[in-house]
Amino acid sequence: MNTSSTVRFILDGQIVELEDFDPTRSLLQYLREDLHRCGTKEGCAEGDCGACTVVIGEAVDNRLQLRSINACLLLLPMLHGKLLITVESLQAGLSELHPVQQAMVDCHASQCGFCTPGFVMSLFALYKNQQHPDRDQINDNLSGNLCRCTGYRPIIEAAERMYQLPAGEGPAWLYREQQATAEQGLLEQLQRIKPEHSLAIDHAGTRFFAPTTIAELAELKQQYPEATLLAGNTDVGLWMYKQLRQLPVIIYLGLLQALHGIDDSGSEIRIGAMVSLSDAFASMADYFPALGDLIRQFASLPIRNAGTLGGNVANGSPIGDSMPALLTLDTRVLLNGAGGQRELALEDFYLGYQQQDMATDEWVEALLIPKPADDMLLAGYKVSKRFDQDISAVCASFGLLLDSDQRINHVRIAYGGMAAIPMRSHQAEQVLLGKPWDEQSLELACGAIADDFTPLSDLRASSAYRMQLAQNLMRRFYLETAADMQDQPLKLLDLAEVSA
Amino acid sequence: MNEAIGQPTRLFSSALPHESARMHVAGSALFVDDITVAENTLYVALVPSEHARARILSIDTSEILASPGVVAVFAAGDIPGANDCGPIIHDDPILAEGEVQYVGQPILIVVAETYMQARIAARMANIEYEILQPVLGLQQAYNQQSFVLPPMRLTSDGVSQQLADSELSQTGEFRIGGQEHFYLEGQISYVQPKEDGCLHIWTSTQHPTEMQQVVAHMLERDANQVVVEMRRMGGGFGGKESQSALYCCATALAADLLQCPVKCRLDRDDDMLMTGKRHHFAYRYQVGYAPDGLIQALQLKMLVGAGFSADLSGPVATRALCHVDNAYFLAQSDISVYCCKTNTQSNTAFRGFGGPQGAFATEYIIDSMARELGLDPLDVRKRNFYGRQQRNRTPYGQVVEDNVIHELVEQLETSSDYRQRRQAIAEFNKQSTVIKKGIALTPVKFGISFNVRHFNQAGALVHVYTDGSVMVNHGGTEMGQGLHTKVVQVVAHELGIAVERVRISATDTSKVANTSATAASTGADLNAKAAQQAAQQIRQRLIALMADRFDLEPERIVFAGDYITAGEGVWRFDEIVQLAYQERIQLWSDGFYKTPGLSWDMDSLTGNPFYYFAYGAAVSEVAIDTLTGESRLLRADLLHDAGNPINPAIDLGQVEGGFIQGMGWLTSEELVWNEAGRLMTHAPSTYKIPAVSDCPVDFRVELFENRNVKDSIMRSKAVGEPPLLLAFSVFFAIRDAIASVADGKINPPLSAPATGEEILAAVDYCKERRR
Repeated sequence: MNTSSTVRFILDGQIVELEDFDPTRSLLQYLREDLHRCGTKEGCAEGDCGACTVVIGEAVDNRLQLRSINACLLLLPMLHGKLLITVESLQAGLSELHPVQQAMVDCHASQCGFCTPGFVMSLFALYKNQQHPDRDQINDNLSGNLCRCTGYRPIIEAAERMYQLPAGEGPAWLYREQQATAEQGLLEQLQRIKPEHSLAIDHAGTRFFAPTTIAELAELKQQYPEATLLAGNTDVGLWMYKQLRQLPVIIYLGLLQALHGIDDSGSEIRIGAMVSLSDAFASMADYFPALGDLIRQFASLPIRNAGTLGGNVANGSPIGDSMPALLTLDTRVLLNGAGGQRELALEDFYLGYQQQDMATDEWVEALLIPKPADDMLLAGYKVSKRFDQDISAVCASFGLLLDSDQRINHVRIAYGGMAAIPMRSHQAEQVLLGKPWDEQSLELACGAIADDFTPLSDLRASSAYRMQLAQNLMRRFYLETAADMQDQPLKLLDLAEVSA
Repeated sequence: MNEAIGQPTRLFSSALPHESARMHVAGSALFVDDITVAENTLYVALVPSEHARARILSIDTSEILASPGVVAVFAAGDIPGANDCGPIIHDDPILAEGEVQYVGQPILIVVAETYMQARIAARMANIEYEILQPVLGLQQAYNQQSFVLPPMRLTSDGVSQQLADSELSQTGEFRIGGQEHFYLEGQISYVQPKEDGCLHIWTSTQHPTEMQQVVAHMLERDANQVVVEMRRMGGGFGGKESQSALYCCATALAADLLQCPVKCRLDRDDDMLMTGKRHHFAYRYQVGYAPDGLIQALQLKMLVGAGFSADLSGPVATRALCHVDNAYFLAQSDISVYCCKTNTQSNTAFRGFGGPQGAFATEYIIDSMARELGLDPLDVRKRNFYGRQQRNRTPYGQVVEDNVIHELVEQLETSSDYRQRRQAIAEFNKQSTVIKKGIALTPVKFGISFNVRHFNQAGALVHVYTDGSVMVNHGGTEMGQGLHTKVVQVVAHELGIAVERVRISATDTSKVANTSATAASTGADLNAKAAQQAAQQIRQRLIALMADRFDLEPERIVFAGDYITAGEGVWRFDEIVQLAYQERIQLWSDGFYKTPGLSWDMDSLTGNPFYYFAYGAAVSEVAIDTLTGESRLLRADLLHDAGNPINPAIDLGQVEGGFIQGMGWLTSEELVWNEAGRLMTHAPSTYKIPAVSDCPVDFRVELFENRNVKDSIMRSKAVGEPPLLLAFSVFFAIRDAIASVADGKINPPLSAPATGEEILAAVDYCKERRR
């Protein structure tokens, strides 16, 4: 295997080459401790506060794609072949402020200033990516940034004002005018550092591999069956920085083109395991518009930019928010490994708490989501203490088809947060099959949910509340799909005051 | 006394950006962790207790010492002086000795070459414990008479009689949770040993002088050997008033023993596990009242969750006691407070300092009375407001002389269309079966000054350099509240120069001595006054010089717009400064200020503890989902009294920020401890402060036209803490929405925080009883 141990990325117009470095070092540690670029702050080191937000650029379809990312959850080698933009980059050495920064000053949007650079970077990504964002889009773009001082109003105002300010004297790509032309230089530079070889880094007892072909991956997986497979590092990062676990061998899947890409075969959608949650959800929102609200409530934008759908599924957390909807859609998991490819129903993939039907030499290659019938009644709901970036108390998804006699002939009910794994409620499904979708059936099904689950009590919710949510979310689904109640709001997001 | 009320006189006032705003957005504003450290700097991590209460039988540090990069481990026995960092009572060990008192209590200091090495090694301690029965929960502590301080009681003579005589009476119980500060910048200290046993400390603290003192005591040094420097904090909110001390001490100890620069930056989880929070309260009350809603007598017992040590719980309890009245006249009251000692983090100062918890009680009680009476809670609130000339004495004896709550609430009631919206909400709720809306208007009256009289003093230094630039130093600390910006504005105004000429240097115990904590909202009141006085002295010297040199009448000399003018004569500021230097005039000055007319008797709990009161009111409209308990703030209208604001933009920021922070406390911010006393919500993944979507789409915030009747700085009013209480309106709007499921006739048993689970339980309670 033809490998390299040099990581290359672009920072402030320069190609930076890293050699002989600790591959488990986070971008945040590197920026603050090695480069002394201290504008990027550490607030939590777990991707929940956004003080370390930076923007990462990639060439996608010959355009520059810029995305906000938490630097605390990015391992240095994951930068390979990419463009890095930090808060210091925006001023490009000039005394004048970037329009995003100036708007923040004009709107009195900083108080203590510690979260501010992170907000600036999230706003910069928004500024570059969207023309006239509405309040929902602004909120979504700032969903991963916490501010304890301002109450957010002035920051939201800055998100509107930044578009009204003129471009500065820095490199043209920092601003909005003629973006395609302005980006040309950067695209060429990115082309020059495009990874051609696999990465193999061996540093002080830590091995880090980033294969570029499936064959290499298979070989590595056989050689190092206990290796940690790394996708977006939104969970593995916590093992390292919070649990302080040492991971001797890491195999990063980001350079595998075969795991990227979303394909529509007509009857189903294939989502490569390394497709980011942002990209996966963007296309799922097209295919399954009913899941839009759930998607918006999934983590934060920077986490969705970093995390992958494959990682969410493979990790198998009982509170992973993609799985209930994927279970409802009868998603299949495509595994690959030494024994070749195999498919299994997502439901069968989960054996127990953080236990999956996956051999040590296997990996998740893709998710196969069948397109549901046009008339399928579908919904996904999440309840958590906070709307933005929180972990579910309960996440639920429902899918239901009625035959010509208005009887239920297909039904899926799936929950997160109700058991040790994301799980369908088979008893409730059984109760409903063949029955009309009416109040009586609903109540029978609600009763059956209690037979299927004995949820835990923890810091997010008591067992009783979880059960009540599981039942009441099904009642909400009923009200939205069957009851004649379209004239009134059935959830908070239906209110005009909420979704302005 | 009220002649100034209603006069919309604006003195000097300007909405300048925060003095550090450009640096904040550029990422160039330096916080402690951004200071370039010496090459030989070592890093500290702390080993926490794993048990809520246990005797330490043995400590084996061999694995720690064998861990890569580890240089030393220190325990309580290594402390040369006092093993204590308690701000008032000496019951706060720096390192646990003999017995641990909460999960997370630091036991050992691990020093290593890197931050990660220290953290990894800190997990390798082998400590043998004999586990003891912990005291957990307020009721358990109360039952066992486990208190950190003696109970306090403020009572009037006729209260029992009046309770018996009142036509109507109500009893009840409710709770309010604590709150994690979640300053974005965690606790951090960096210490460099200097010559002759001296230390230089950079630390994120609201109280540099106290840090200086505790470190001196710990190392048996004189205060003059310890310099504490503090440029800015990434948020404080009270969490760095006393509780920066432990981390400062741990760092200083390691630096001094090893004679090496040492940094300690707490990981977020450690920070949340180790440090104290806002005090949680449990209330029990009996209220006697008239059919029109007038409160005749109130008996209130408050159990306060102090945690394992006293810390600031005494003054917090005192402030709670002094705010039970909020904006209401309590003719007869009997208020008792118990600071319960439990085996949990030692709770501490947090924006409002007990005031919000005190005021919440009466708001809750009035809300409950109104529902029982079938009246709009706003009408019952108004019925009980303090009077102007009568009914104006607080339970602790101070007469309210600056009352503007009537006109302020009236203005807000009108501008927010409160009555029409209440009607519209009632209509909406009739049509809407799942989603219910609610509305509430709640007032705020908040006392300004430290209850402890001698804290109400401040000092400042103003240097004018020969080029006309000015350096100001004062005892207050900048934590984002805009204190330095206001002080710059005041000094620039006094000297008649552009704000760009004025720079504020880091707060530094070697410049201004014996400072008070930047707390109790008094930062600008005290320090800007001191700086103003210093600047005025310099101006007086320049005036004297000019009067003498140019033969001018001193009264005719005006300092404005970077120029000094007298009739036809015009001089540049720096021109006169040069002249003064040549003439050997002192171009720098100190300034000192103490708040006049304060008194407080700690035994009788009476006096005049407050220089003045700040007022405000808010209307919140919320929606709840009766299937899930989820809630949303739909619209908020805030009207707040900042007096004559020095900087209205900064004050608006404090009002909005305080409101949203208060809303978090009352809704989504839930602290959960498990049965063993371990805090389970110790990171932003599990502890949820408001995020951007929690800011209401319709958010109308205004400052009330007023000027302080007292001679405060520029007639402004303190604005740091009072707006937090505006968030009560969110909580009571939620309670209103819940009550609507039973046509507003049943009092929902809602405690704070009103999480989805809490709301849904209250909804179900009301549903079950409406039939």
